[in-house]
Amino acid sequence: MMRALSPEQVVIVGGGQAGGRCAEALRAAGFAGRVTIVGKEVHLPYERPSLSKEMLISDEDESIAWVRPEQAYAEERIELRLGVTATSINRDRRELHLDDGSVLSYDALVLATGARARQLTVPGADSVPLHLIRTIEDSRALRSRLSAGTRLVIIGAGFIGLEVASAARHRGAEVTVLEAADRVMARAVPPEISEHHTALHRSHGVNISLGTSVVSIAREGDAIVLRGSGGETFVADVVVVGVGIEPNDELAREAGLETDRGVVVDAFGMTRDPQVFAAGDVARHYNPLLKQHILLESWQNAQNQAIAVAKVIAGGDAPYAEIPWFWSDQFGVNLQVIGLPSADAKTIVRGTSGQVPYVLLQTRNGRVLSACALNAPRELRFARELISSGAVLDEAMLGDPDVRLADIVRDVKQRKVPA
Amino acid sequence: MSEQQLVPLCLISDVTEDLPVKAEIKGEEVAVFQVGEHYYVTQNLCTHGPGELAEGFVDGDEVECPFHQGKFSIITGKPTAAPCTVALRTWDALARDGQVYASTTPRSGGGEAA
Repeated sequence: MMRALSPEQVVIVGGGQAGGRCAEALRAAGFAGRVTIVGKEVHLPYERPSLSKEMLISDEDESIAWVRPEQAYAEERIELRLGVTATSINRDRRELHLDDGSVLSYDALVLATGARARQLTVPGADSVPLHLIRTIEDSRALRSRLSAGTRLVIIGAGFIGLEVASAARHRGAEVTVLEAADRVMARAVPPEISEHHTALHRSHGVNISLGTSVVSIAREGDAIVLRGSGGETFVADVVVVGVGIEPNDELAREAGLETDRGVVVDAFGMTRDPQVFAAGDVARHYNPLLKQHILLESWQNAQNQAIAVAKVIAGGDAPYAEIPWFWSDQFGVNLQVIGLPSADAKTIVRGTSGQVPYVLLQTRNGRVLSACALNAPRELRFARELISSGAVLDEAMLGDPDVRLADIVRDVKQRKVPA
Repeated sequence: MSEQQLVPLCLISDVTEDLPVKAEIKGEEVAVFQVGEHYYVTQNLCTHGPGELAEGFVDGDEVECPFHQGKFSIITGKPTAAPCTVALRTWDALARDGQVYASTTPRSGGGEAA
């Protein structure tokens, strides 16, 4: 690994979870130089999971999870430049230019610019107000529009769309979810979990329309009318778009750094410029466990990959190597996913499919590849041990609900099961 | 600790090194752990989020919260991995006659980690 020579000034672009954790971890690793966070948002760094969950259910903001309390930044000499946008990087001079005209010098630059919610581009989309969920302001704006009887149409049945559906039903809204694919959360979970969650939502009164993309949107009086690909129409008071996010990688691209829907970095979070790093949602990083570059839009990655980058800048030599892990909470069901579910893996269900709690394991050649757990977080954690062990296991045993995963893990650790 | 201050939590056979259990002390939920020959008691609810540590994953003398995978020392209650920063309250525990007992008042906890 090439290494920047003991940096004295670290500038972090991006004041979200990754930016905040990176700064915190620099200090925890003993970095004594200057640390500056440049954040476009006016808020202190915060975690985004509650924006589509608790934040929409409550009328207050108590569920916002700040990365650190305000005084921690002063105590640890972390400078905050909030409400300011970075406009360009001059890599030759090692300078970051900001939209308030100021220039920050760096020895190490961390791009933690995150991602933005993808906009809908169908005809009429720019003629009506469409809600996106990415910031505190987005959540406040949406919840103020959700009350009993509100006709809400959500475009996209990914984690965000379905979490918004769950929260909106809490507030008594009439909820319709339109999904272009033939199942919900298709990018993130195996079909069995999609089926479970479709049934879960329908049992709570959510109208889910699969295989339905929106072809046009128009305003009719106070209402918004969406036209579906099957010719049907949906009438809404409020429309939420949850069709994925786009990494904010323009700053890197314009600075001549390699991007590929995200800033391309190695397992240490380093670009080809040894003084520029990327962390969090924007970092298409090499994962040594998966042996591929991967862009992860997750809480885990925003925290831990950013911490790994901080440790490297502070002089460490450990790569970021974790198995991807996601969670989602909908209608009181905690879904957790570990590993990358694959379309061609073998599926083993522990418990009764469709009834919580249950665990779904995916295997290939007897090795556990991924796991999904519904209201069974500890089981998922044992599954993680099985995935990282790489052990070849008896699939009948894996599927036997009378054999505890804890016991299988214990056997693997005691090498009773050959790795 | 004196005998009068002890409260029974669970059977020794209820708890193993990799599977802690939930119990109660004066109406408060606690998690009971076994590390080696010894038993330890911490508050059940994580100090960061809505995770239950009795449902956590035990790795040596640390417990990993099932919600966000932050970690605490089972022995001291101190946070050992992000995002946890506030220590768990802990109670003195002892095993006797097949039962795990704890003191009725917590020993430590609360406050930011050093």
